This record gives sequence, C-alpha cells and structure tokens, in this order.
Amino acid sequence: MNSRLAKALINGLLIGGAVVALFPLLWMLSVSFMQPGEASALPPPLLPVHATLANYRELFVHAGMGRYLINSFAISSVITALSLAFNLMAGYAFAKLRFAGRERLFQVLIGALVIPAQVAMLPLFLLLKYIGMVNSYAGVVVPAMASVFGIFLVRQYARGIPDELIEAARIDGASEWRIFGQIVLPLLKPIMVTLAIFSFLAAWNDFMWPLIVLTGQEHYTLPIGLASLAREHAQDSELMMAGSVITVLPVLLLFLAMQRYYLEGLLLGSVKG
Amino acid sequence: MSSQRAAWLFLTPALVVLGVFFLLPVIAALALSLTDYDLYALANIHNLRFVALQNYWALLQRPLFWSALGHTVYFVAVGVPLSMSTSLGAALLLNSPLARCKPFFRTALFAPVVTTVVAVAVIWRYLFNTKYGMANFALGHAGIQAIDWLGDPRWAMPTIILFAVWKNFGYNMIIFLAGLQAIPADLYEAARIDGASVWRQCRHITLPMLGPTMLMVSILTVSGYFQLFAEPYVMTEGGPLQSTTSVLYLMYDEGFKWWNLGSASAVAFLLFLIMFAVTALMLKLARRGGEA
Repeated sequence: MNSRLAKALINGLLIGGAVVALFPLLWMLSVSFMQPGEASALPPPLLPVHATLANYRELFVHAGMGRYLINSFAISSVITALSLAFNLMAGYAFAKLRFAGRERLFQVLIGALVIPAQVAMLPLFLLLKYIGMVNSYAGVVVPAMASVFGIFLVRQYARGIPDELIEAARIDGASEWRIFGQIVLPLLKPIMVTLAIFSFLAAWNDFMWPLIVLTGQEHYTLPIGLASLAREHAQDSELMMAGSVITVLPVLLLFLAMQRYYLEGLLLGSVKG
Repeated sequence: MSSQRAAWLFLTPALVVLGVFFLLPVIAALALSLTDYDLYALANIHNLRFVALQNYWALLQRPLFWSALGHTVYFVAVGVPLSMSTSLGAALLLNSPLARCKPFFRTALFAPVVTTVVAVAVIWRYLFNTKYGMANFALGHAGIQAIDWLGDPRWAMPTIILFAVWKNFGYNMIIFLAGLQAIPADLYEAARIDGASVWRQCRHITLPMLGPTMLMVSILTVSGYFQLFAEPYVMTEGGPLQSTTSVLYLMYDEGFKWWNLGSASAVAFLLFLIMFAVTALMLKLARRGGEA
C-alpha cells in the first residue's frame, strides 16, 4: 500500500514536471496557428478556432524570416564543419602525439576556461572592424572555429585509442596525415557526431556575439532577427510565436534525432579533472 | 616527418584561432580598460589617452554599476540554489525504481535546455503578460490578484529567475542522474538491512556520494548565471526602472550603445575578477568542508 502511494506520488510529480517543461513549447506551437489578435482574449485560448498559416506567410513574405533562416543554417553549418576539423586535429595531437610542453600547453588551455568569453568581445569587435569583418558572416564564424571545450572532448575520447595501432602504421611507413585520416578518424566517429551536434546547437542559439558583430539586417541570424522583431511587434503574440517556432524547431528536432550522442557528450564534457 | 613536427602541424589551426580571436583580445581588453577609448578614439586613434585605473575608479563610484552588480548577485544567489535543487529533485525522481516511462520524462524535462533563449524568452513574455497571460489566468482561479510580472520592478527579476530555472535545470539533472546511477546499490542494501529510512539513506549515502559532482555543477552553474544577458535583453530590456540590468547588460550598453569601449572593458574585467573570486571561495569552502 505504502509503495503504491509512493509510486503514484513519484509518477505524478514526473507528469507535473513534464507538463511544466513542455507547456510553453506546445502553447507556442498552438498560438502560432491562431488568427492575429486571437490569443489576446480572456480566458486565454488553448487551441486556434480556425488554424491558419497566415503568421508564417507574413514572416517569410514581409519580415525577412526566410533570409534569417538561411543565414542561421549557413553560419551554423560552416562553424560546425570548421570547428570540427580544427578541434579533432588538436584534440588528437594532445592525446596521442608526443611533443615538448604538451601537458603544460593543455593546462594553459583548460585554465583559459575560467575567462568568460565576454571579456574578449570588445577588443575582438575592434580587431574585426580593422580587418573589415564587422557585419559579415565571417565575423560570426571566425572566432568560433575552435573551442577549448571541443579540444578537451576529443582528447578525452582519443586517449582510448590503443598506441600499438598508431605505432604499427608508423612502422609500415604511413605518413602522419594518413594515420590520422585512415586509422584515427574512423575510430573517432562517435565523438565527431557528438561534437558536431554540440557545435551546431551552440552556433544556432548564440546570441550576444552575433548581436554585437552583425549590424545589418541582411546578415541577421534567427535569434537576432527574432529579438529585433519582438521589439517592433510587441503586441502581435501570434506572429511572434510563429517566429519562435521557426527558431526553435530545427534545433529541437536535431536534438530529438540525436539525443543519445548529445547526452553522452554532455556527460563526457562534465567530468573534468 | 617527425612526430614533433606533425604534432605542431595538427595543433596550429586551433591554436591560431584561439590565440588570435581569444587570448589576444583578452590581453587587449586589459589594456583597453586602462584607456579612455570612446567614440572619438574610434573615429581617430590619436584621440586615445592612457588613463590608468580611472575607468575602474569611476565605475566603483557609479550607482548604476553597483545596482547592476546587485541584480546579478540576486539572480545568482537565488537562481543557482533554486535551479540546482530542481535539477536534483528531478534526477532523484527519474532515478527512482518506481518511475515509469523514464526515457520519455528525461527527454521532456531536458527539452527546454536545447531551445534558443531568445525564442523561449519571447514565449514567457506572453505567458506572463499581465492581462492575457496564462500565469495570471491560473492565479486568478486560485483567487490571487493579477501580478504585473515583467512591469513591476519587484517582480521582474523573480520572473527572470523562474524562466532561467525552467530553461536550465535539465542540464544539471542529466549530470546528477549519472552521478546517482554511479552510487553502488549495495550501499543502499546495507542501509536498508540496518533499518535506515529513505530520508536517512538520502542524507547519509546519496548526498555525500554526490558531493564532488555537486561542487563541480555548482561552480559551472554559478559562472553561467553570472553571465546573465539575453534574458533581460529580450524580456525587459533591462527595466523596469533598470531592475533587471545585469553587469553584462551594462557592459553591452556601455560598449555598443554609448561606444565607451574603455569603460566597458573595465566592466568586463571587474565581472571576471568577481567570478574568479567567487569560484575560488567556493573551492576553498568545499575543501575545508571535505577535511572536517
């Protein structure tokens, strides 16, 4: 009897928690299909009376949302590809190649994690201004091409590769690039997937730096475009919810499809020290 | 090609990126904070003057800096414990052998973490709308008067804290869940044979075994919460009456609205120093607690 009560309590709390976690997202989806002004009523409606795509049409035709969507996809994909390449190479070197000062250098990198990224943003803006990268896609991409976290993640994983495998290839006369490309990379596939999802999500959701470096609408990513729309259209809840759906849905779907890799990476990245 | 040379070739791209676009700017930020870099210097570099610690001195005398710091500390001091206890509670529920459909609940509770802050902050703005929002509608049913969530200086920060907890608790929940699953089952078995209650098992086995995880999670969460920016930017624009202006919000306004880049760099460095001191203090306290 007591255990049945405990079971009901635990599952009841879990259902309550899931409702709180998901309700805002489901509400967003529902309101995005409502007629303009429909959500501003009492009692607040839960479902649209006559579902419409008008808000989405308005966003794509008049508010330039299509452009933001393409910008977000392009920027996030390029960041993912480049940072993946650079972090994989560096992480592998820290894990498996011997060179003077390896541990010291790695410790310096890990130590740099205590510095919040925002400290670098003001001079970085000036630097990019002098080399003409402010208000360009490159301005968002370039600083994100490598990350200490990514290098750390790859190093942790690559340390599990047996040394004999690499040594044997070296004795067979394979070049270092060949060893990396043909032996190491295939073994790093799981961490590549994990890191790719992490980089893509981080690039997609990033707000402060794109807000600073992208000054013209034509280069806006979705979060920046949405924030600026939200200031203009504060009263149009239906329109804004459609904008939020467009912004959130791609990453939410990516997460749902690749959940296992994402959560594994989260745990691998959090066992520092 | 020697292994040494190969190693450096593999490292070069990442190190160049981190060096040029992170390390160099950090050092430059320190230099910048000692100058009066502003709109005039931006137009013509000859207008730049070295002012030593004047930016810091001026900031420490500005009420706005202290209030921004106060709001940020409020957000951290209330938000982090609330966020971590929610994470721990959710992890304990998910770890219970009595829980059903665990994968579904885990995904559902984690979903807010991967969403875009700006987009979900926009949703919350409407859910907490004074007149038509769901929150006040639900409170009205319970007989509670409507609250001006984002328009009342007393309520704006608590609303942002609630939002941050909702958005972030899933992350630490996953870490706590892994920590809980790593606790050997025979410890609980032995305790049960000795007749320890569930509450005492929790206090004497679960919490001590989670200790190291707890320390790491709290340090990471504290540093994350100190970097409050997007939430007030979207939900309140720092208001009402600047009650949600955080330190980073101040840095952004100072640097990119008024173009006082020297003074903004000083803000950034002060924030860094404060975060560093708080982290060091937490580590020290944890070490002392561990010895006792």
